[in-house]
Amino acid sequence: MDKPATPNSFRTGPDEQGMFGIFGGRFVAETLMPLILDLERHWNEVKNDADFRTELTDLSTHYAGRPSKLYFAEGLTRHLREVSSAKGLGGGAKVYFKREDLNHTGSHKINNCLGQILLAKRMGKKRIIAETGAGQHGVASATVAARFGFPCVVYMGATDVARQSPNVFRMKLLGAEVRPVTAGHGTLKDAMNEALRDWVTNVEDTYYLIGTAAGPHPYPELVRDFQSVIGTEARAQILEQEGRLPDTIIAAVGGGSNAIGLFHPFLDDKEVRIIGVEAGGRGLDGIEHCASMNAGAPGVLHGNRTYLLQNADGQIMDGHSISAGLDYPGVGPEHSWLRDSGRVDYVPILDDEALEAFKLTTRVEGIIPALESAHAIAHAVKIVPAMDKDQIVIVNLSGRGDKDVHTVASMLGMEI
Amino acid sequence: MVTRIDRRMAKLKTEGRPALVTYFMSGDPDYDTSLSIMKGLPTAGADIIEMGMPFSDPMADGPAIQAAGLRALKGGQTLVKTLKMAADFRTGDNETPIVLMGYYNPIYIYGVDRFLKDAIASGIDGLIVVDLPPEMDEELCIPALKAGINFIRLATPTTDDKRLPKVLQNTSGFVYYVSMTGITGSALADTGKVAAAVKRIKGHTDLPVCVGFGVKTAEQARVIGANADGVVVGTAIVNAVANVLGPKGEKTADPAEAVATLVSGLAQGVRSARLAAAE
Repeated sequence: MDKPATPNSFRTGPDEQGMFGIFGGRFVAETLMPLILDLERHWNEVKNDADFRTELTDLSTHYAGRPSKLYFAEGLTRHLREVSSAKGLGGGAKVYFKREDLNHTGSHKINNCLGQILLAKRMGKKRIIAETGAGQHGVASATVAARFGFPCVVYMGATDVARQSPNVFRMKLLGAEVRPVTAGHGTLKDAMNEALRDWVTNVEDTYYLIGTAAGPHPYPELVRDFQSVIGTEARAQILEQEGRLPDTIIAAVGGGSNAIGLFHPFLDDKEVRIIGVEAGGRGLDGIEHCASMNAGAPGVLHGNRTYLLQNADGQIMDGHSISAGLDYPGVGPEHSWLRDSGRVDYVPILDDEALEAFKLTTRVEGIIPALESAHAIAHAVKIVPAMDKDQIVIVNLSGRGDKDVHTVASMLGMEI
Repeated sequence: MVTRIDRRMAKLKTEGRPALVTYFMSGDPDYDTSLSIMKGLPTAGADIIEMGMPFSDPMADGPAIQAAGLRALKGGQTLVKTLKMAADFRTGDNETPIVLMGYYNPIYIYGVDRFLKDAIASGIDGLIVVDLPPEMDEELCIPALKAGINFIRLATPTTDDKRLPKVLQNTSGFVYYVSMTGITGSALADTGKVAAAVKRIKGHTDLPVCVGFGVKTAEQARVIGANADGVVVGTAIVNAVANVLGPKGEKTADPAEAVATLVSGLAQGVRSARLAAAE
């Protein structure tokens, strides 16, 4: 594929049709088209509305606990410097964690949910539906639905219901109805299909609270904008704490909302290297991974054109990742565009590597990271020892790992 | 350019009756069975054939058509084979219009230009692509129209008068009115509302208006056919196939016969539609 010409700014997309280059768009059934146009109209109204911003900022501060801290991960930095010395390199960059795990509900997902629930309220909607993989978005959706008094239905793949049982219980406590989806492998893709079927049926009163920066326009844009608080804060914080921009920023990419949230404010800082980490699962040779940008091809699913895991007939593959939140055969369309434009590098991390990073971070930092975030940390573990000591890396610690202890225990052959 | 769909619709208009449009899933449960189902449709009374193109993630379909698509994919169906099946059908029937219905990704991966060329060669007359609204017309609709293939658009209860002209703009062959907001195979909507919607759409276009989603019985086909130019039946046909498959997918009776019996009944329904309306 031809590489698109380098734009003057990487932050202007999408265009009016919702396209990031060839990616994005509005590939939905006619029944949903008027709803999406209505959402776009309301979104365009509120995105520059001072009252909306004030209300969201107030909730972010007092309800969600923002700004999240930018933490110098001294234990991990020290460890990686020892690794560097042992290799005879004598380097090891400073590692910072952007602590989205400290947010209310335990991940970055609350940023998007607070924004969208205010939008749903403005639109006069009466009912919230959401899809969830790891359950982090389901919990955040159930949380804001409880806070604002909306009934909430969360679609979740049956496989994920089993491996993320603590989050299922949390959603139920919060008053949401969790509907397990048995189609396909029973993961995020199937949950999203079922949420779309609900939406196409209940068009009058229902707001679809999409959890990642994917789906039909304007979702990729609005989710990104709600999540960009991550990068905006991180950029200001590193300038204050270190007096300069970081050399490298890293985030895990499933659908890609935490990653685009961190990346977007840095896209025009040419000196900052940006790396997205995909789920390499059990390796890219087979089909047991979710590295759509490393091993997939552009296609159309769930309302947008983007890189997808698919066969030669255009049938979507199920993929695999140890992390339910990364277990999705596609990716947000802006990531696909950033990949093709060369601005962001996307690399795979295997299940085993993520698991090692999970254990390491827990041991040397006293922080249990989500398995999703552990993928980003694992890539830092790979590259930091070869960097210089005066260099700086920011890793997005997108969520906390309490939800994953059952999965990790079973991977380690332990019973809890 | 006059297509088989245009000719068939014009003929039915002179006969004063609505069209019976029958949807089946190509490749369900296997190629040969599916081809024999298809070949039996015109004899049983189908006026237009909709061939479902199986897709792994059919977002607008209910459980019955989802399952049919998965059976077809498991049976090895691909878009290449679906086009071949149409071509095989055409060796014995050069009149009955064939409309391919499905989702965009398999076509996109096949390649739009190559697909249109092969579709014409296989005797395809029209396309219904669920996830290509008018906003995405440049993708396939415009190239299909240039190639001489009808692009049949879905209009839905959410398509209001303001939006209808946009939906109808590049539509040809017929307009497919989706009787309800929801997925295929749900309960039929209030027939009075459907009739009003058909009338509303006819106020915007001279194209025939066919109604689908939720029509399962001859009686429903008769009632809907009183006002619509065509009645689309899908889930009931797909279920007729599923009903003669055992737990392991083995055939307990002839699926083609089961479908033909159902379609004959539906055909009687549509043929009595205008008589009933005139009473």
